[in-house]
Amino acid sequence: MSEQSVILFPTSAHVMHAEKLFNDAGISCRLVPVPRHLSSDCGICLVISRQESTDARVLLEAMHVEYDALADMDCM
Amino acid sequence: MIYLDNAATSWPKAPGVAESITRFINEVGANPGRSGHRLSIKAARMVSDVRARTAELFGASDPLRVVFTHNITHAINIALQGLLRPGDHVVTSSVDHNSMIRPLNSLALSGITFTAVTCQPDGSLDPAAIHAAIKPETAMIALTHASNVLGALLPINRIGAIAREHDLLFLVDTASTAGCVPIDMQTDNIDLLAFTGHKALLGPTGTGGLIISPHIDPSMIKPVFQGGTGSRSASETQPPFLPDLLECGTINTTGLAGLGAALVWINETGVGHIQQTCRKQARFLLEQFMATEGVSVFGPVDTTMRTATISFTISNLSPSRAGQLLDERYGIMCRIGLHCAPRAHTTAGTFPEGTIRFSPGVFTTQDELAKAVHAVRSLAEEFSR
Repeated sequence: MSEQSVILFPTSAHVMHAEKLFNDAGISCRLVPVPRHLSSDCGICLVISRQESTDARVLLEAMHVEYDALADMDCM
Repeated sequence: MIYLDNAATSWPKAPGVAESITRFINEVGANPGRSGHRLSIKAARMVSDVRARTAELFGASDPLRVVFTHNITHAINIALQGLLRPGDHVVTSSVDHNSMIRPLNSLALSGITFTAVTCQPDGSLDPAAIHAAIKPETAMIALTHASNVLGALLPINRIGAIAREHDLLFLVDTASTAGCVPIDMQTDNIDLLAFTGHKALLGPTGTGGLIISPHIDPSMIKPVFQGGTGSRSASETQPPFLPDLLECGTINTTGLAGLGAALVWINETGVGHIQQTCRKQARFLLEQFMATEGVSVFGPVDTTMRTATISFTISNLSPSRAGQLLDERYGIMCRIGLHCAPRAHTTAGTFPEGTIRFSPGVFTTQDELAKAVHAVRSLAEEFSR
């Protein structure tokens, strides 16, 4: 995961639901605390390989899972 | 000791519940959604797993629409107070519990009216009576899936179809059925399913929730409670998305750890199998009581139309005295009186004294039921003189 994307979600419940969907779909992901410079929320977000960001976006939209942002780590 | 008060709360709980609670307290303990450290993430993962299992059990399409509450009464209040507006009318039933009737009576002060459709004396309900009670201003049909007094199952599948046909919200109180009667939100057209974790779901007290179907836009719901959610922390108003819109303050993670283990057991055992067990118990108790002089039984005779909760009275013996004697002499734990459902007793003709209620659970043995029947027969004979 050298080049990474981060996905911010509205709630930790969304994060956990998305993590399960990614795991089931074979998209590797990692849970990390939301970086303070990205959001004032006190929760967690998902980090994925940038290469899989399109697959991740398609999956979230297909499953109607709301997310706040999906962006390259270095762009945010 | 013979425990026949599972309609009040189930006991014993499902295998694994106590261990899961202990493990959570000893090894996790953290608050989900409030922090990013590993224990908080473990807690959040556990809650997410319980959310998914709950959605699956009730045929709900989206786990994020499972809102955890501390019990079913909170869930019903959130649904009624959150969605009804002055001028709205609600259709309910005469066997509904005070968890439904009291909030509706309170809402009447805000200009929300309701009709409690009268059930048959055995608690059964003709869906046509629900249809006839619908008015132009009706916004919701809100009723129990089964009477907690008479055991009668209400035909929620047919009533759900009526609600959908008339574009009405459909709220179902599953306190007496979740875990022992199959329920599917989609085929039953349920918009709002209120459940409790501590009865036939075999989990601990302090767990329950409200499942909200995709037909309901969360922006329609006015939250009863507001507060910290761990999300949108910079905002001083309630976040607009589920589950956080309706799930604020620290949730009962310890209880949910137990509920999760119970849901695993129920899934492995099968609700259909549990229902068959309950029907056998109901059949045995009904047959024995109906053959006993001095015992009057209430509720449907057909075991496919009921749960295993059986209400009865003994001639010349008040329910309160009977309850005392059953406990003291025979070690039988049951509930007597009005069971927080005075209208159900009025419907059955047992108001104001009430009944004796035996509610076996999935772990109640045939031997225990036989001993309980023997005790009732002994009392009936003793007080017939």
